[in-house]
Amino acid sequence: MSVFGYVSPEQAQKDKADFARKGIARGRSLVGMSFMGGVLLCAENKSRNLHKLGEIYDHIAFAGVGKYNEFDQLRQAGIRSADLKGYSYSREDVDARSLANGYAQLIGQVFTHEMKPLEVEILVAEVGAEQADDQLFHILYDGTVVDEGGTSVLGGDADALAERLSSTYDPAADLQGALATAVAALGGPDRTLGAADLEIALLERSTRRRCFRRIRDQELIDLLGAPALVDPEPGPATAQ
Amino acid sequence: MTLPRFPPGQDPGPSFTGLLQHVGRDPFAPPGGGSQPGFADRHATTIVAVTYSDGVVMAADRRATAGSSIAQRDVQKLHPADRHSGIAIAGSAGFGLELIRLFQLQLEHYEKSEGVALSLEGKANQLASMVRQHLGLAMQGFVVVPLFAGYDVRRRAGRIFTYDPTGGRYEETDFHADGSGGRDARTTVKLGWTPSMAREDTIELAVQALYEAADEDSATGGPDAVRGIYPTVATITTEGFTMVEEPEVAERFASLITRMTERGARR
Repeated sequence: MSVFGYVSPEQAQKDKADFARKGIARGRSLVGMSFMGGVLLCAENKSRNLHKLGEIYDHIAFAGVGKYNEFDQLRQAGIRSADLKGYSYSREDVDARSLANGYAQLIGQVFTHEMKPLEVEILVAEVGAEQADDQLFHILYDGTVVDEGGTSVLGGDADALAERLSSTYDPAADLQGALATAVAALGGPDRTLGAADLEIALLERSTRRRCFRRIRDQELIDLLGAPALVDPEPGPATAQ
Repeated sequence: MTLPRFPPGQDPGPSFTGLLQHVGRDPFAPPGGGSQPGFADRHATTIVAVTYSDGVVMAADRRATAGSSIAQRDVQKLHPADRHSGIAIAGSAGFGLELIRLFQLQLEHYEKSEGVALSLEGKANQLASMVRQHLGLAMQGFVVVPLFAGYDVRRRAGRIFTYDPTGGRYEETDFHADGSGGRDARTTVKLGWTPSMAREDTIELAVQALYEAADEDSATGGPDAVRGIYPTVATITTEGFTMVEEPEVAERFASLITRMTERGARR
């Protein structure tokens, strides 16, 4: 008799998926959201230096949850791919869709062919000239790509979070409104997240070449300020 | 497009040129062909940088020559390198503009990868190594000499770096000019420069330096009022790199010409 028992392909895939999901669920969640002024990325992250959000290209940003070293490598690979493409062709030719496909290929490849799948979920966001052109690509641990409209939620508690967000999301909100919605959804009914718990970045809908900007320190405190403290009130009401 | 991935030992890190070399597209690979070009390539000419109270003023004329003919009247030799620095080139225009593009990408690539921008000193050293990698081309006659200036946010001052074709990097204290009209431009700035000059005076001095260079050097273009082509001028301060609008440069020229006419300049 063989020492190795037979494992059906279905079971192998399921085991890998469970393993990846468990790893991802351990981390904290993040929200990507298209609003009037661009695309808002809002992550729960206590570290000021180990970022979950990053700039990839002029109009493209990256967000990752799960294992830090794994999604940070993916972020780096994305920057390399985008810069190489922009250098070979033109800056206009770099787009989120092709980048998302590249990520899906790589993550899918690892999931099928390697012992350990990547314990990450990532978001590739692109800001358009008009809000209708904003793009959010959510890529799962097995390489599945989801083209999301309006909002995207990544991480452990994603389903509950997505539900909270869908009832409060307003595409016509301004930055302060969008931030309040995202932060309230991330915190849930029982918690209020402050500036120290959050990592916020923005792809601004502007004429500047590089649209990525971090919102931190005093600017974040001001934006979260008084109205944000009032805003979480409707949160529990809608959660009922 | 597939995503580039490298095993840990071969990772190029935050260097874009290193990445290009890893994927087999070495931008510094010496081209084949003879030792001296049998054709006239485009040449970019005079570039100036002058420090002042708030930072640095950079300026460049707009002419590109090919042999004795004018190849282009409105070439841009002065570009932002990143938010707080600028780069201008003299010498072989094709390779020079490519060097600028690579250098800009190198700085941006580093900043995105690492999350912080390089120090001004670090940027100047990066450029030195890129110029040195061009040495093979320089030996074949395609010499490129950049002028790099920026606002050092840590020291709170404008700084200027000059280069020679071997990649030698030299820091200038107050001002510098390079290119075929560089000597004349340098002399003009030397005679007019005082410490802590105001912005307008510095722009006018830089513009005058280019005017004098164009007066003495056939490869340097002067102001062209008929076509409305004026030198490119930029300021680099704590606010970052800002191009000076063309009407303002035209105004500085007008004031310079009035001054010279009143003086009855015949020299």
